[in-house]
Amino acid sequence: MSLTLDEVRHIASLARLALSHEEAEKLREQLSGILDHFDLLRELDTSGVEPTAHSLPLTNVMREDNTSESLSVDRVLANAPRVEGEYLRVRAVFD
Amino acid sequence: MDLLYLTIEEASRRLASREISSVELTKAALQRADEVDDTICSFITRTPELALEQAADADRRLAEGDAGSLTGIPVALKDVLSTARIRTTCGSRILEDLVPLYDAFVVRRLQEAGAVLVGKTNCDEFAMGSSTENSAFFPTRNPWDTDRVPGGSSGGSATAVAAGEATFALGSDTGGSIRQPAALSGVVGMKPTYGRVSRYGLVAFASSLDQIGPFTLSVTDCATVLQAISGHDERDATSVSIDVPDFKAELEAGVRGLKVGVPREYFPEDMEPAVREAVATAINVLVAEGVAVDWEVSLPSTPYALATYYIIAPSEASANLARYDGVKYGYSYQDGDSMWENMEQTRGRGFGTEVKRRIMLGTYALSSGYYDAYYLKAQQVRTLIRAEFDEAFKSYDVLIAPTTPTTAFPIGAKTDDPYAMYLNDVCTLPVNIAGLPGISVPCGLVDGLPVGLQIIGKPFDEATVLRVARAYERAAGLGILRPPLRAAA
Repeated sequence: MSLTLDEVRHIASLARLALSHEEAEKLREQLSGILDHFDLLRELDTSGVEPTAHSLPLTNVMREDNTSESLSVDRVLANAPRVEGEYLRVRAVFD
Repeated sequence: MDLLYLTIEEASRRLASREISSVELTKAALQRADEVDDTICSFITRTPELALEQAADADRRLAEGDAGSLTGIPVALKDVLSTARIRTTCGSRILEDLVPLYDAFVVRRLQEAGAVLVGKTNCDEFAMGSSTENSAFFPTRNPWDTDRVPGGSSGGSATAVAAGEATFALGSDTGGSIRQPAALSGVVGMKPTYGRVSRYGLVAFASSLDQIGPFTLSVTDCATVLQAISGHDERDATSVSIDVPDFKAELEAGVRGLKVGVPREYFPEDMEPAVREAVATAINVLVAEGVAVDWEVSLPSTPYALATYYIIAPSEASANLARYDGVKYGYSYQDGDSMWENMEQTRGRGFGTEVKRRIMLGTYALSSGYYDAYYLKAQQVRTLIRAEFDEAFKSYDVLIAPTTPTTAFPIGAKTDDPYAMYLNDVCTLPVNIAGLPGISVPCGLVDGLPVGLQIIGKPFDEATVLRVARAYERAAGLGILRPPLRAAA
C-alpha cells in the first residue's frame, strides 16, 4: 500500500500536526512500509467474529451520582499557557 | 556495610530490627545515583531532598511500630506516573515543564505504604518505543554494556533497579514496556492483568492495553509491590472490583504437578540461538522442580499479533494524544495567525518523531474509508488471539516463552527502521492484546547480557505466575545479577 504525499497531508491535518516537507516525505515512505505489513491480516477470515475493544468482561460501570471535592479553578489554570480571569485564552476560532 | 542491591525483603528486615535506618538506605541509593547516573541516565528528575524527608518520616514510622509493607524503601517512578508538585514529562518536550495537580492512584498507595521517592525515570516519549531512545531528553544506557539500550519504554525504571539506584521501581506496559526492559537489564518485571491496577494518574498511551507494574530484584519483592498497588479504584472504571488475593500465600508452594505450555510460535526462526537455549534450559529447571511441560503448544494467531497491536495501540494513542493542544497545559506555540495554526505548530514542534508517526498511523487507521479494513479488523483478530489463550489455559496453568528474541542491541541500531524496532515486542505484545498477566525473570547471561524468561498466566491469576517465577528463581539460584557497569569504549 503506497500513500501519496496528499494523503499524508490530509492525515496530518486530521491529526492537527504541522509537518515539514522532509517529515511528510519520510512519513509517506515509512507509513507505506508499515501498512504493507498490516496486509498480513487479510489472510485471516474474520467474518462473523465479534470485535474486542478491551479484554475485560465489563460493560457499564455504574456508581452513585454524588458530588465530591474537585480541583479549584486557580489550580486547574495553574499550568495554562494563557489565561484571562477564570478563562483559558486562545486565538479566535472563527475568522 | 553494602546497602546497595538489598531486596525489599532484606532491607525491610534490617529496617524493622533497626540494624539500618531508612535515611542510611536512601543515602546509599542517592549516592549510587550520584556516581553512576551521568553514565546510565536512568532519571529525568531526581528528588533527593524529598527522599531524605520521606526517609526521616519512615524512620519515625518504624520507631513507632507503624510501618507499612514498603516503609523506608527507595523507589523510582516512570515519568508517565503523575506526581503532585513534581514535574512529570512523559519523556516529551510537550510536557517538559508540567507539574501535575494530583498523584496517581499507585503513587498514593506507595506513599501510604511508606516508600521513599528518589526520582522520576526516563522513558520513550509517551511510552512509545522499545529502547528508551525516543526520550526527548537523552537515551538511557544499559548497565551491562553502556553502548547498548536498556530496552523500553520503561528503560529508566529498569536501569534504576539494575544499577542499584533504587530498590524497586514502577513502570507501565502497553506492549512489553515493563517485561522487555526488565529482560534486557537483568531484573524482574511484571505486567499485571488488565484491570488489576488502577490507571488513574497514568498518562494514557493506549487505554485498552496500558497497565502499571513493578520492577524488582526478586520475585518475592515483585509480589510485595504488586500487593501494595493492586485493587479497585472508583476513578478508573476499568480497575476491576474483585478481591485481591495474598500474592505471597502460595509463593513458596513449589510447582509440582503444575502444567506448563510452551507455545512454539514464541520461538521464531530468527531468534538468537543462545537466547533460545537459555530459555529452554530455564524451562528444564522447572521440569526438575516437578512441572509437566508440553513443548508443542500452538497459538496460531501469534504471527498476526504484531500488526494487530500496531493498529490498535496507535489508534488509541491518536485519540488520547488529541488532548495536547497547547491550550490547557504544556508547551504552547503562540506566534501563529490562527488558533488552528498555533495548535498544529504546538503539536508539530512538541512531539517527537515516533509519537508523530504513531499519531499519523492511528489517525489513518481510524479515518473514514479505512476503519473497517484496519481498526475493526484488528479488533476482530484481537478476539481470535484472546480465544486461543483461553483455550490453552484450559490445559495449562501457565505458558512460558522468551521475553525477547534477542539480548540488548546497540544504541542507534534500529532507530532508522521503525518496523525492526517494533519486532522487539513480538513475544510480549500478545499478552497485552489479551489482557493477561505476565512476568519476566532473569534466566542467565549470554555474552555478558541478560536474558528474560516470560511466564504468562490466566486473567487475574498473578498468584500462580509469581509462584512459578519464584520456583524458577529459587531452583536456578542465580541470585541478584549485578552488572559490571562497563564504561563506553
